[in-house]
Amino acid sequence: MKKVYINSIASISAQKTFDNTSFLKEIEDFEANVINVINPNYKDYIPPAAARRMAKGIKMGVVASKMAIKEAGLETIDAIITGTGMGCVRDSEKFVSAIIDNDEQYLTPTSFIQSTHNTVGGQIALELQCKGYNFTYVHASNSFESALLDAKLQLALNEEKNILIGGVDELGDHTTAIHKIINHIKTEPVKVTQVLQANTKGAVFGEGANFFVLSNEKKNTSYAEVVALKTYNSLPEKDVLQEAVHFLKENNLSTNDVDLLVLGNNGDVDFDTFYHTLSKGFQDTQIAYYKHVSGEFNTASSFGFWLASKILKTQTIPEVVKGNNKTTTSIKTILLYNQYRGENHSFTLLKQC
Amino acid sequence: MDALKQELKENIIEQLNLEDMTTEDIANDDMLFGDGLGLDSIDALELIVMLDKSYGIKLTDPKEGRSIFESINTMAAYITEHRSK
Repeated sequence: MKKVYINSIASISAQKTFDNTSFLKEIEDFEANVINVINPNYKDYIPPAAARRMAKGIKMGVVASKMAIKEAGLETIDAIITGTGMGCVRDSEKFVSAIIDNDEQYLTPTSFIQSTHNTVGGQIALELQCKGYNFTYVHASNSFESALLDAKLQLALNEEKNILIGGVDELGDHTTAIHKIINHIKTEPVKVTQVLQANTKGAVFGEGANFFVLSNEKKNTSYAEVVALKTYNSLPEKDVLQEAVHFLKENNLSTNDVDLLVLGNNGDVDFDTFYHTLSKGFQDTQIAYYKHVSGEFNTASSFGFWLASKILKTQTIPEVVKGNNKTTTSIKTILLYNQYRGENHSFTLLKQC
Repeated sequence: MDALKQELKENIIEQLNLEDMTTEDIANDDMLFGDGLGLDSIDALELIVMLDKSYGIKLTDPKEGRSIFESINTMAAYITEHRSK
């Protein structure tokens, strides 16, 4: 079995992360309950003729993938594996609204063609002229982890050399309105720096695209090694710590070996308790949070993966993500834990390489 | 007729997401497909739906579209002659 490395990263998020030279030094401190990404200049990456039919999620995915491939120093890749919870929700909304508004008449093809969940993966393949394995996982908040697991297995078995993986989700007006009605989105606007202490129901919703080139060939510029990954559709809160300990043990580690715990807290008083329960088993471990800067979305954990990768490579933890006062001189092992509304849990283990 | 041509240009820019174009960029005799605006077969379907929705014209023979959608001039002439709304 070959080892799997993260050879490049790219992020388009609610922070200025598309500029990979800086690392969350300046934070956009939105006061909102829904936060949009800071857009790069998409025209620098996508020809106008192609861009005109792309909704925002597709543009984010295509550009983030191009950034990741460029950083990896590759012309193309062997496979493209995408994770998305909601897919191209804007075009889905547009298409369904047109059906309703026009009484099922006058339906146009563009938004329908672009509304499928695998549109991003398809457009990336078209842009790169990649005819290799192309798969999209739509597993709610385990979508990115499913893509990661697929890539890890293929690389470990040496079926491919370089695989592009990514998590991408966009905000759609109608979908956002529904999530507000059912209180999955906070009723009140909250500042980025206060989200995790909000103590109210719901999350601040966001969007983003985080792409990575994974490879079974280590480079001097590699970010980290993907050691292990485990996902659960359901996991009772009382079992979270025990499962984490078991997951670490399977990889010959204990809680004391974890230098940094990266948690997906989103400030929802009803579900952050899962993270609090887990943290009790890591009393002496440094903790980092990220969803207050990225917002919550089905593939927000890909932003956490981006954060952890960058921390391992730069050995720097940005002030804005620090979750406690513990310090570490050297960050060698990071455990990520994520869940959304008590479902679709994941543990991911990364190591310095 | 000039008002219709202006309206067509505005509709085409909006329906086909020609984000970087203005009505001034489209001349009345510019070829809409091929070397002109560079529209493609998906755009042709969008234009067929636009004719139906906005002007009550149903194109039953796709081959007709080739001459109708040649330019803004040809579209305006066909719509003027066949529109039902």
